[in-house]
Amino acid sequence: MTDSTVTIEVDGQALEAKAGTMLIDVTDAAGITLPRFCYHKKLSVAANCRMCLVEVEKVPKPLPACATPVTDGMKVYTRSPKALAAQKGTMEFLLINHPLDCPICDQGGECELQDVAIGYGRDVSRYSEGKRVVADKNIGPLIATDMTRCIHCTRCVRFGEEIAGIRELGATGRGEHMVIGTYIEKSVDSELSGNVIDLCPVGALTSKPFRFNARAWELIQVEGVAPHDSIGSNLNLHLRGNQVMRVHPRDNESINETWISDRDRFSYEGLYSSDRLTTPMIKKSGEWIEVNWEMALEMAAAGLGEIQEQDQVGALLSPTATLEELYLAQKLIRGLGSNSIDSRLRQGDFRLDAGLKQATWLGLKISEIDSLDAALVVGGNLRKEQPILAHRLRKAALAGATIHFITPLQLELNYESRQSISTPAEMVTRLAAVAKAAGAKGSGSLTTLLNSVEVDEFAAAAAEALKGGDGCAVILGAMAQSHPDYSLLYSLAVSLAEACGAKVSVLPEAGNSVGAQLAGAVPHLLPGGKSAQSAGPDALSMLKLPRKGYLLLGVEPGVDFHNPALSQSALQSADTVVALSAYRTPELEACCDILLPMAIFSETSGTYVNAEGVWQRTRGAVKPQGEARPGWKILRVLGNLLNQQGFDYTDPDEIGEELHALCNGASLDNKPVQGLDLEPKLGLDGLQRGGDTPLYASDPLVRRASALQQTKDAGQGVMRLHPKEAERQGLNSAENAVIKQNGYQATLPVALDDAIPEGCVWISTGLRSTSMLGQPFGEVTVEKA
Amino acid sequence: MKVLRNYLKSLFLLELFRGLSVTGRYLFRKKFTVMYPEEKAPVSPRFRGLHALRRYPNGEERCIACKLCEATCPALAITIEAEPREDGSRRTTRYDIDLFKCIYCGYCQEACPVDAIVETRIYEYHFENRGENIMTKEKLLAVGDKHEAQIAADIEAQAKYR
Repeated sequence: MTDSTVTIEVDGQALEAKAGTMLIDVTDAAGITLPRFCYHKKLSVAANCRMCLVEVEKVPKPLPACATPVTDGMKVYTRSPKALAAQKGTMEFLLINHPLDCPICDQGGECELQDVAIGYGRDVSRYSEGKRVVADKNIGPLIATDMTRCIHCTRCVRFGEEIAGIRELGATGRGEHMVIGTYIEKSVDSELSGNVIDLCPVGALTSKPFRFNARAWELIQVEGVAPHDSIGSNLNLHLRGNQVMRVHPRDNESINETWISDRDRFSYEGLYSSDRLTTPMIKKSGEWIEVNWEMALEMAAAGLGEIQEQDQVGALLSPTATLEELYLAQKLIRGLGSNSIDSRLRQGDFRLDAGLKQATWLGLKISEIDSLDAALVVGGNLRKEQPILAHRLRKAALAGATIHFITPLQLELNYESRQSISTPAEMVTRLAAVAKAAGAKGSGSLTTLLNSVEVDEFAAAAAEALKGGDGCAVILGAMAQSHPDYSLLYSLAVSLAEACGAKVSVLPEAGNSVGAQLAGAVPHLLPGGKSAQSAGPDALSMLKLPRKGYLLLGVEPGVDFHNPALSQSALQSADTVVALSAYRTPELEACCDILLPMAIFSETSGTYVNAEGVWQRTRGAVKPQGEARPGWKILRVLGNLLNQQGFDYTDPDEIGEELHALCNGASLDNKPVQGLDLEPKLGLDGLQRGGDTPLYASDPLVRRASALQQTKDAGQGVMRLHPKEAERQGLNSAENAVIKQNGYQATLPVALDDAIPEGCVWISTGLRSTSMLGQPFGEVTVEKA
Repeated sequence: MKVLRNYLKSLFLLELFRGLSVTGRYLFRKKFTVMYPEEKAPVSPRFRGLHALRRYPNGEERCIACKLCEATCPALAITIEAEPREDGSRRTTRYDIDLFKCIYCGYCQEACPVDAIVETRIYEYHFENRGENIMTKEKLLAVGDKHEAQIAADIEAQAKYR
């Protein structure tokens, strides 16, 4: 299409538009409302509902505005008798088969069909024949169906094809016999599936957890930000009284467009889990007793203040906590003379810290991912880590970008790409091969590594694709970060990117992973993202050499750590463990001495810094449950009780502004200082374990969202391995196997899965059933139980 | 002239007798005083008294938790909570009407798409304890069950006005 501007006339109003734009886009921009069902700004044009028919001069029949490109001098009438007659006729046909069950329909009150029927429907139906009935389908725990109400706009079908990338829903039959369904009896498993609830203009697809709970007119809408992935998707929280009833996306074109992932949509259920901690508790001779805040805080302050030795109070902070909480926690611990502060709890290797002088980040704008020319993703199952980012990368792939993956298991992708699947240890050599093919240079052991590898066809192709320059990126995913040789992977990625002129992109794990680095909640950086003089011990060494005291903020031993078994034993051996937590778990009760109930997610005000470094402030929407208090208030009082200076905040905004001033001039940079001498830690011999954190096991809130836990992505405590490897190990599916790893042991059921490379078993972390094992990558032995 | 006429009127107590004649007329007419509570005044089928929740003849409660009555109530007297029942149907778990707040406007009955909530012709009720003014779902259903025949007849009678 040409870029020339044309002038059209709509209802006598002259409008300018780019030639070739669809008429409905022009009228929408001018604020002229046209009724529509099938048209959606983010989906392709189907023009099958016929609701947006308008009269165009010199055209004998009314035309659908969503499928009519504008041309110069076009005269459009949206409310002329001819247009109105067409619209009213369409409405009458739509209502022939639509049931009049609005009183029991969850969409009632926010239904597009209801709204349009008010304007274009007749008062009385002329249709007296029987209505069509369609059987409901069970498409999983997230989406409730009432297919009789379907008006066949096919928005959900197009969403599956165009956005989610999986054709899960489709239309079968024609005319009155047309039915939307899943072809075969199955659930809808896409990690973005919840968006069809928003897309459906009628009540055919509604939210199952929200089913019959409230009416649209009872809800109050407040703004929020999702804490789970590093995108920081913008949300609208819908409240009734003091309860979050549901979560909807808030449009933000540069972050989440109009979509949110199912994790962000349904995690609110975790707020109302039965194991919420609602009163402060202390452990007295092995028994947990409920106490008042004053006593709990005094005991916590006394316990932590007692420890005088340097670096002996460790702070393990959740990267989903707010910026204010992270900043105050590190301020408190640094005030106690300790630099043992970390929030990168799932990271497997910290040798790189010495070379990192600034906070790491996505390396490019989230919206720039759409227009990448090529990407190499190392150890990242983006769809199951950061669904919105994966959607953006898919957009780039569909636009012609070449995407390569170096991955320890075969990924289910929804676009064309090449995957190099290897055992976790071989990932390093595979990446080194790509770097070598690109002509990368390293120093010290990196040179030795680069010299020792052979360039294969995959490496040459990946290197060739990355040479496109600025529009190319090397992306380090979550599995790379929890790899024991992350530093090596990182250094290789940097050399590779330098050789190609590409960008290095580190996918931050959670909502505030970048924020934590700016707040100083990492051992090697001070608040404001400035490099620390002497770096303290990191999350892993804090547990390998147990501290005398620990402060836990929003983390759960066993499931939130790189090495689950170690985290539990180290915390149990400490003298004082103070936990700020929203939940009570058996593991916390076993490890801690004082439990302070903390507000979580929508209950507290706070700031989140997303992967691209955008600060997003949210307000507390509901009151914390029971005696729980916002984390910043708890930490403020602890600071006061420990006689520390500068803990006199009355408002979280003061904390945010203080940190914002400190961050003035701070930049995000993924380039480390050169000259680190790194040797691979992970051996190539023996049977290797690989492990990821399942999508719905990432943080305490998600783990308690009951509907999400019933889906496939909740993760299972099983050992997956390739059928051939199982044969070699003498194992069959549905048997139990004993897994031994560094002296830790667990018995898990065996599942055969040919996505796992041979020489490797796959056991996810973040699950209670696997928390007695060690780190996700390493040597294991397996035998029949 | 006018002064004289007024003087004569007041001298012969003419206005007094005119008033007394009205009294006298009513003295011998049929009395319409109702000897409540032995006698009761007639009640219209459209009377808006105590609320009731009705059932279908098969015993199934009519209310489907659409919350239109709650939305239309000008006094905010109705509180409803709902969730899917075991069989998957939409039902209330709580249906409270605060009779202290209620202004007996009848909008809830107007709004109800299934004739579940009705205002009956019952006007004799009282509360002895705090909290009894809240008509819970159980109480409302009990009223409905007890007076179903009367309620059905009343709805039938007023159908032509609605």
